[in-house]
Amino acid sequence: MPEQTIPESTSVQDAPISDSEVLLTVDHVTLRFGGVVALNDVDFEIRTGEILGLIGPNGAGKTTCFNAMTGVYKPTSGSITFDGTQIAGSKPHQITALGIARTFQNIRLFPEMSALENVMVGCDARNKTSVLGALFRMYRIWGLPEEDLPRNPVRRALAKVIGVSRHEVEERRSRRKSWELLRFVGIADRADELSRNLPYGYQRRLEIARALATDPKLLCLDEPAAGFNPAEKEDLMGLIRRIRDRGLTVLLIEHDMRLVMGVTDRIVVLEFGSKIAEGAPAVVARDPKVIAAYLGEPDAA
Amino acid sequence: MDFTNLIEGLAGFTVDGLTKGSIYALVALGYTLVYGVLRLINFAHSEVFMVGAWTVLGVYTAVGAHSGVGVWLAIGITLLAGLVAALVSAGTALVVERVAYRPLRNKNAPPLIVLITAIGCSLVLVEIFGHALRVFFGAPFGRSAVNIPTVVPTREVFTIGNFNMSNIDLIVILAAVGMMVALDLFVNKSRLGRGVRAVAQDPDTASLMGVNKNNVIMLVFIIGGVAAGLAALLHTMKYDFAKFDMGFLIGIKAFTAAVLGGIGNLRGALVGGLLLGVCEVYSSALISSNWEDVTAFVILVVVLMFRPTGILGESLGKARA
Amino acid sequence: MTDTTPQKSVLKRVAAVPSLLGGAPQWVKVPLILLVLSFCVYLPFLNILPFAYIRTDLRPNGSDWSTVLFTIALYMIVAVGLNVVIGWAGLLDLGYVGFYAVGAYSIALFGSPASPVTKAIAAQFGLPEGWSMAFAACIPLAICIALIAGVILGAPTLRLRGDYLAIVTMGFGEIIRIVMRNSTWTGGPAGIIAVPEPPAADEDFFNTIDVHRWYWLALAVLVILIWLMRRLEHSRVGRAWLAIREDEDAAAVMGVNAFKYKLWAFAIGASLGAIAGLLFASKQAYVEPNGFQLNLSFLFVAMVVIGGSGNIWGALFGAFLITYLPERFREFESWRPLAFGVALVAIMVLRPQGLFPNRRRARELEDRKHEAEEAAADA
Repeated sequence: MPEQTIPESTSVQDAPISDSEVLLTVDHVTLRFGGVVALNDVDFEIRTGEILGLIGPNGAGKTTCFNAMTGVYKPTSGSITFDGTQIAGSKPHQITALGIARTFQNIRLFPEMSALENVMVGCDARNKTSVLGALFRMYRIWGLPEEDLPRNPVRRALAKVIGVSRHEVEERRSRRKSWELLRFVGIADRADELSRNLPYGYQRRLEIARALATDPKLLCLDEPAAGFNPAEKEDLMGLIRRIRDRGLTVLLIEHDMRLVMGVTDRIVVLEFGSKIAEGAPAVVARDPKVIAAYLGEPDAA
Repeated sequence: MDFTNLIEGLAGFTVDGLTKGSIYALVALGYTLVYGVLRLINFAHSEVFMVGAWTVLGVYTAVGAHSGVGVWLAIGITLLAGLVAALVSAGTALVVERVAYRPLRNKNAPPLIVLITAIGCSLVLVEIFGHALRVFFGAPFGRSAVNIPTVVPTREVFTIGNFNMSNIDLIVILAAVGMMVALDLFVNKSRLGRGVRAVAQDPDTASLMGVNKNNVIMLVFIIGGVAAGLAALLHTMKYDFAKFDMGFLIGIKAFTAAVLGGIGNLRGALVGGLLLGVCEVYSSALISSNWEDVTAFVILVVVLMFRPTGILGESLGKARA
Repeated sequence: MTDTTPQKSVLKRVAAVPSLLGGAPQWVKVPLILLVLSFCVYLPFLNILPFAYIRTDLRPNGSDWSTVLFTIALYMIVAVGLNVVIGWAGLLDLGYVGFYAVGAYSIALFGSPASPVTKAIAAQFGLPEGWSMAFAACIPLAICIALIAGVILGAPTLRLRGDYLAIVTMGFGEIIRIVMRNSTWTGGPAGIIAVPEPPAADEDFFNTIDVHRWYWLALAVLVILIWLMRRLEHSRVGRAWLAIREDEDAAAVMGVNAFKYKLWAFAIGASLGAIAGLLFASKQAYVEPNGFQLNLSFLFVAMVVIGGSGNIWGALFGAFLITYLPERFREFESWRPLAFGVALVAIMVLRPQGLFPNRRRARELEDRKHEAEEAAADA
């Protein structure tokens, strides 16, 4: 078991979190499955507007860390604070509502839905209409901008009188937003296709669009470049930067060191469930512990 | 709530419950094994049991058995009926697997579809005995219950207080428990049993390691069928009738027993079966036999809600429960 | 999902028709719907050859045509409701007959002056002899009771694995029947008589002779329910159900509260089943526990699955087939369950996706085209 920097982290915890820049704090999180310690006292924070890389060799606990943050697993101990709210142990859909979105390492789209519908499911996270609203459509809204009115002239005239149901407005807005996102990630040309029929690269991008549709503050990408060729990776780096430019914070799990070094502002390195390094890419890349983790212990070899 | 009734006849009710429960346990075996390996509730299994009961009747009719035969002949006929019933039931289970489940498995059909196919198979088997066979062969097939001759007459073996232990109850309980023990040994000790456990744990890896998945699945259906056939024999010894829809309630209860003990777990089937049988008899003694069937369902719902893995936990894969 | 067989069969082309119509422009769709509807309204009097051959009362002992139509419409309501549960939310409910029974018994218990419940209420509050609740009041009451029953059954069980849910719901269906048979307040095995018929301006409008009026009533209810359910399908609710069915974990991460939507599916299914049961009891004027055997549940499931789970038109077609064929070919009546079982197995094995597979919901094409053009222009 690697040695732990207990005094340091305790002092971090004791210091009041006055830094308003901090978006998410992972605070001494430990996660055990039976006897296996998947995360051991992991401790880092994500600052608003940065791209943070989470790297480590296979089985280091990166995805487990993700799962703990997005509510798939409940940490055994420790806390995760997002935007001032304690989220460890919350349900995934509650965490999404707070503003964390994620993609999956092994793509998990809704295969029998079109690309557009996949993104619309994401949009629905922000929609308020529920079953009764969709059934009876009694919640009417007047005085909407032209773009939110029906296209059909007869219906448009009618809408001025009886208003438009909130359901309809939300559907129209969601659809517009979905198209916009599909264009943003560059796959709008195949929006109507079933997602299972899309090429691999499109599916990866669709996952990002779907995650973006939930209007997150923090987007967590789990190995988004897996299986990409260098040109596609280059594209993806551009996309990640553009996502940041939209005002989002990005947490990136990635194996490809070139991509991570090229796009992230800061890097956290995990090994065997523990954090072994943290800092700017250039600093982390020179850290002997990181080099050892990736290349094997020099003295053991 | 008639507690005095229950207390006074406690020993009798308990033995009655254990007898019932033994039959549930044997039928539950089939559910548990198939579920453990295929994750499928084999709805047609209750009909495999029903076919077994008819087979017993067929054997008795063929050899002209009646209640007056001598002891050794009675034992011989019973054993013969058990053997044939086990074979026919196993054959029925195999046919269902080959005709319905395997094609669906090859198509990788979703569980819902397989489950509905199982219901369809169950319906077909019920109707074959409830209608089709009657059209071709006439009575005794059809919608009404048929009496099965008592080959082994009921005798009291011993008496404790006001309670008489009958030979039938004793045979049923001992046979069922014996069968369960033998099967447990088979699955845990033999090479074939190891294959069953391997497939139950991870079908894909098991087939990579050279286990023939389809053979294992057939084996599981055969074992389940044999157990159901024997259960049918024991059932006819105790209740002496065969009916086209007799499988339904017993099937549901056996499945409940399997879930109660922990589905996929062989010992769980025994524990769950015995427990369910006793609970049922107690509850009908306490309230009224009208509510007996509700007891099983209520137990099922409660177990699933509070301990969905059953009493002993679910695992065909693990070596020991 | 299984891959579809590559053959370009006639069946496949026919199966594509409903979805093609779904994409047709408004000026084709609206008159077409009206045409189909008016034909349905006219059906009881169908007398033009060769169409009249579909009538079931051509032989002396054939079933009454209007009664058959009523039953078809009734079971179509059931199929639409169960399609929400099985087809859209992917929850196998094998106890749907329980909700059907709840609906039937709700109106019988509260609407019939002969029921022990109304008698007890009347005695308690000093109401006149023969008092019973108004028919109109019984409808929301039945729906409420079914909703509550759905939630009571669903809340603890919807977290279970799919096949466990099947067994528990089946148990529920049986418990309802056994409770109704064994309790004195439900009339016991004899059931309850004098279930009221719907009120009408002409007091004798809904009677036992002019059954076609009952059929029209059921048809009207059916049309309204289809309209409402399609609204759900094409909303975030329908998307959420589909997402849960496809990948529950991914759906949760996308912000879908899976449990809530499953519970809604269950409750909606329950209330539709209750509406059908209510109509049935009212037409029958009589309920008894034996009318709600578990086989009926299997029949309902088969309707949804044979037609093509998840497709409202498929479910309607399934309900039609399963109700109509046995009535039309009554000479083989005793073979009905067997044929039904064989058909169920054969269809599932040969065509697991059902006759009319669940086509991905095609949205209004014009809207789509517009957006696609916009996207192309922007790109």
